[in-house]
Amino acid sequence: MAAALLRRASTSPSACLLRPLSGRLFSSSSDETVLSIETSVPFTGHKIEPPSRMVDTTPKELLSFFSDMALMRRMEIAADSLYKAKLIRGFCHLYDGQEAVAVGMEAAITKADGIITAYRDHCTFLGRGGNLVQAFSELMGRQAGCSNGKGGSMHFYKKDASFYGGHGIVGAQVPLGCGVAFAQKYNKEGAVTFALYGDGAANQGQLFEALNISALWDLPAILVCENNHYGMGTAEWRAAKSPAYYKRGDYVPGLKVDGMDALAVKQACKFAKEYALANGPIILEMDTYRYHGHSMSDPGSTYRTRDEISGVRQVSRERDPIERVRKLILAHDIAPASELKDIEKEVRKQVDDAIAQAKESPMPDASELFTNVYVKGYGAEVIYL
Amino acid sequence: MAMALRKFGKDGISIWRRGFSTTAGLESSSSKDATPVNLFTAINQALHIALDSDPRSYVFGEDVSFGGVFRCTTGLAERFGRQRVFNTPLCEQGIAGFAIGLAALGNRAIAEIQFADYIFPAFDQLVNEAAKFRYRSGNEFNCGGLTIRSPYGAVGHGGHYHSQSPEAFFCHVPGLKVVIPRSPYQAKGLLLASIRDPNPVVFFEPKWLYRLAVEEVPDADYMLPLSQAEVIREGKDITLVGWGAQLSILEQACEDAEKEGISCELIDLRTLIPWDKETVEASVSKTGRLLVSHEAPVTGGFGAEISASIIERCFLRLEAPVARVCGLDTPFPLVYEPFYMPTKNKILDAIKSTVNY
Repeated sequence: MAAALLRRASTSPSACLLRPLSGRLFSSSSDETVLSIETSVPFTGHKIEPPSRMVDTTPKELLSFFSDMALMRRMEIAADSLYKAKLIRGFCHLYDGQEAVAVGMEAAITKADGIITAYRDHCTFLGRGGNLVQAFSELMGRQAGCSNGKGGSMHFYKKDASFYGGHGIVGAQVPLGCGVAFAQKYNKEGAVTFALYGDGAANQGQLFEALNISALWDLPAILVCENNHYGMGTAEWRAAKSPAYYKRGDYVPGLKVDGMDALAVKQACKFAKEYALANGPIILEMDTYRYHGHSMSDPGSTYRTRDEISGVRQVSRERDPIERVRKLILAHDIAPASELKDIEKEVRKQVDDAIAQAKESPMPDASELFTNVYVKGYGAEVIYL
Repeated sequence: MAMALRKFGKDGISIWRRGFSTTAGLESSSSKDATPVNLFTAINQALHIALDSDPRSYVFGEDVSFGGVFRCTTGLAERFGRQRVFNTPLCEQGIAGFAIGLAALGNRAIAEIQFADYIFPAFDQLVNEAAKFRYRSGNEFNCGGLTIRSPYGAVGHGGHYHSQSPEAFFCHVPGLKVVIPRSPYQAKGLLLASIRDPNPVVFFEPKWLYRLAVEEVPDADYMLPLSQAEVIREGKDITLVGWGAQLSILEQACEDAEKEGISCELIDLRTLIPWDKETVEASVSKTGRLLVSHEAPVTGGFGAEISASIIERCFLRLEAPVARVCGLDTPFPLVYEPFYMPTKNKILDAIKSTVNY
């Protein structure tokens, strides 16, 4: 078999994240062969016929899933260390374990489609094309941060990629997302908006208000419940009469998806986008899991057992999103195990470099305290006492 | 009608001109059983006593069952059972509405809003339902048994949504009471008084002091009067008014001012509405100068109400404009918190410029 150079310098988000590696040997499969892979579990539909379990993908896509998720995982672990070293202060909600949702969603949509989420937003930001230096700088409150250091962990945004952030108040982002969808429909953009929220937020009243309005006006809004089964420390069955979040839309159809399977997420989001553009809102419930606690002040082990956490991670259980993709890559001879290890090493280096660069960035100037309260020149003078 | 004489200071006995709705007019001074405890423990003690003394009282909110994110509700579920101490789902509007309904049937509903920053979904329920219930039903119904407890204020790293001081919004609502303690001893007494007060009370707890403030607190059941301010330091050159965690900053400023020969009188307002205008008026009549300090942004903050009312009452006596040293008119910032906060030095500067006006 001819050796093929693997190029990852593509238009995918990983272009910003990884430098192309060259000179790697492959045993088989060229980049663009279509592979049909079955999802781990079938989809379950509520008032809708679910899509097929067979998902079309390519070796290139699987490798990009692997490298993107490895990068996200590494970033979150590094953020954990930075927080403990007190370089990141305030709040820090880590996404490791849930990477498949961010990565699978991006594979199904474009940058014209909107994404809005809550505070567990670092990986979503990367998925939308944000870079590591912007992310780490924002976490450390520096000028090079994506929000100029004024937002912090919970407030990452990227307007040119239709990423509407980054919100602290639980559930408040969902009506906003439906509003964005309204604008997209009004402007005939042919795009949709994914409004992400957690199982805790699913019990907020404003969600149902937004859902009703979206259904009434057939808005291209896709409500995505990232169900990691714990609202902070409260298990889903303690907070919700019906933890079948994909059914909670009642008159709005829903789909339950294995959120740890990037291919399943991709299929579901593709399906949802087609549906939403033609008909109106749909709910996606991503069955996922977070390894860390709710935030850095939560060990995450007082309300769930360590066995449960490790059970989800273990390769034998097949749920860890990165391990799952690794297995697929190896099973289909897309790349050898050593190549994947190299990617992980490369990723570590990229993260370390980005952190070093972010540390160089200065804190925002004191005058920035007063900027952007109102539009410049149209607000009240701030009197410094 | 002759005005009753008032003696100020912590051990003073005050005679009320108005009938206050709480039963305690005097502090319990007989019991010598007191332990040094921190703020969350004092609040916890108050909740234990409240639930123990009234079988129709309930504590609920997000995560209260295991003890709460600040440990204020530790041990309650174990002792009183999950029928009376229970978790709610993540829905502030629901929590407030539910609490009002429970209180309307004569129960004491002690609801927790996990951070004051999250109280806004509940704002409609509190303003439009709780505050107006007795009024609009011609006293047929009321939700006096309602107490909303919520941690408020800066904590050093809270950022936009874990640091806010929203007390001014609630002070604008006739029908509600707003109470803010400054220390463990005050918190226990004021919380018990708030729970037993037959009006809906919003009780803000300074989260910065949960672990930091330690004080001797009597083990017994005691209450402190609502709508009575306390003069915690006597002086003659300027009156300083504050509440909650800000008082410790004000106290430091008083110490520094003392060294420069300025004698400051410091008043803890304790109840923000209905507030004790008489005490503040009497003090300003003595000193001729007033400074108010709070963490919330200066524009429209409660300091504005105090300033306006005192100017009405003491206009001819005032030697200088009323100074307000407060948070800046920006959203509560992230890295800029040290610039935003009304620090000791800002207060000291304002004291000096007011005295030298």
